[in-house]
Amino acid sequence: MAAAQPRTIRGRVAIYLLAIGFAVFSGFPFLWAALTMVRQDSDLYVTTHNPFVLAKPPTLGHITDLLRNTPYLQFILNNIVIGLATVAITLGLSLPAAYALARLSGRWGEKVGIAIFLTYLVPPTLLFLPLSRLITVIGLQDSIWSLVVVYPGFSIPRDIEEQAQVDGYSRLGAVVRTVFPLALPGIFTVVVFTFTLTMQDFIYALAFVSSSSSMTVSVGVPTVLIRGDVFYWQSLMASAIIVAIPVALLYNVFLGRFIRGFTLGAVKG
Amino acid sequence: MTVAQRSAGEITMGPRRERYLLDSERLLGPALMAPAVVYLVLVVGYPLVLAFLYAFSDVTTGSQSLHFVGFQTFIAAVEDPVFLTTLRNTFVFTAISQALVVILSTILGFVLTASFRGRWFVRFLVLLPWTTPVALSAVIWLWMLDSIFSPFDWFAQLLHIVPPGGHIIFLGQSDLAMGSVIALQTWRILPLATVILMAGLSAIPAEVSDAAEVDGAGFWRRLFGITLPLLSPVMTVALLFGIVFTFTDMAAVFVLTGGGPGNATQVLASWAFYKGINGGNLAVGAADALIMFPVLLGLAAILLRIASRAEVS
Repeated sequence: MAAAQPRTIRGRVAIYLLAIGFAVFSGFPFLWAALTMVRQDSDLYVTTHNPFVLAKPPTLGHITDLLRNTPYLQFILNNIVIGLATVAITLGLSLPAAYALARLSGRWGEKVGIAIFLTYLVPPTLLFLPLSRLITVIGLQDSIWSLVVVYPGFSIPRDIEEQAQVDGYSRLGAVVRTVFPLALPGIFTVVVFTFTLTMQDFIYALAFVSSSSSMTVSVGVPTVLIRGDVFYWQSLMASAIIVAIPVALLYNVFLGRFIRGFTLGAVKG
Repeated sequence: MTVAQRSAGEITMGPRRERYLLDSERLLGPALMAPAVVYLVLVVGYPLVLAFLYAFSDVTTGSQSLHFVGFQTFIAAVEDPVFLTTLRNTFVFTAISQALVVILSTILGFVLTASFRGRWFVRFLVLLPWTTPVALSAVIWLWMLDSIFSPFDWFAQLLHIVPPGGHIIFLGQSDLAMGSVIALQTWRILPLATVILMAGLSAIPAEVSDAAEVDGAGFWRRLFGITLPLLSPVMTVALLFGIVFTFTDMAAVFVLTGGGPGNATQVLASWAFYKGINGGNLAVGAADALIMFPVLLGLAAILLRIASRAEVS
């Protein structure tokens, strides 16, 4: 990625001001969450002093509470298992299909491609009622595998498009050894996308799973830490931060590669 | 073997091998696509057909037997006085949040592809909303916009927007509640749109802009004359994906306001959920959700036209 270099002083100042502005916009909720996470209970519901100053010494009690006394780590493990299994199914089904779409298809292939793309536009809000019936029929209700069955339905369409573009761009014939390395950034994009998707969903997780040992972070954390009108704010904030920071660090490290995956598609477009 | 013999052999080999490959490709294509297609038919197609059946019936969560009633359910859904509010809210929510996302992500794309100190950290902060499950990030916003303990109250008191000890009721007033939901959606869609825009920007060769600069074109001239037009296909794709995603999404509304106050922030997706699940009226819920379909088809048509135009050029 060629980084543009602002040449005038005014340009440089503008870049820094904009960068600070966006950093505050994106980061402020997390700053607030981090501050809340370490507050003692007696320091939480106070309106009289500057909210950005801790009136009492910080405590890690709510974080250890979250890790020890709730199934939080189990939720995270469930998310990882679901994410990995969904990525595997998605790649297994969409790579051959994308290859066929890009290299082998004629007119019928184009139509199938459009049909596949259209399924991407069907909202989960519409499908989860009939799907919950289907899940019951195959006997997977209340298991993390119910989500593994359903999620690829949403990652496959987009990923096939993505891959088809990448493969179409490469135009190197049917030699897997040469296509594969070229498609690798695209595959990487697919993996990131699919994993993010399984992490973000909460409609299906809410509809299909009801025992806490099978819950994902999205559904499990609110179930455990919001009891009617009682919000365990510090632990809630900690639960978000513990998931968000490692994943964001990982994404940031691979961002360049991720963008290359997109660019392969974008160059053609 | 003489040279002539060998070349004659190759001439006859060539076309035959090609024909053989073509024949097998005709089989290979469908064989490679079949698993994905079958999967999608089972997990998306079949439930979608069921959803249509629901919408034309009087099914409820209590009785699962289907009774076809024609368009009656749709008429009941549309005649509900809340429906028009919901429809208007959905368009306002989608239009404003995605307009903001496309403007902000373009600017942010420029900022993050420039080089400056601390870029790595800024990129990390910008990615955070994307890597947090929305159910949890929305809870952060819920706490941040609390009617009594919001940190924004302190700023507002400092700037004398509210009297000392006063509070801003973010989620209890119609306009502020809608603003809050739009802000949350903009905040959480921005990272993905920015990454797409950064990809688009990095695909534009720097020489194009540099050449124009040598020719004496200033920054704004280059921006509006060269870079933005080259970027516009990528911007359009990012925008349309954002629209499709936001139009059918209920997470922000569901966690932050629950559609309230009253139904001031109720959108089609959350309305369908409340009707279909909490209200137990599967048929009306399905009908409410299906009403989104024509809009989605329109958006899909636009996307496909852009895609095919890009392929031709």
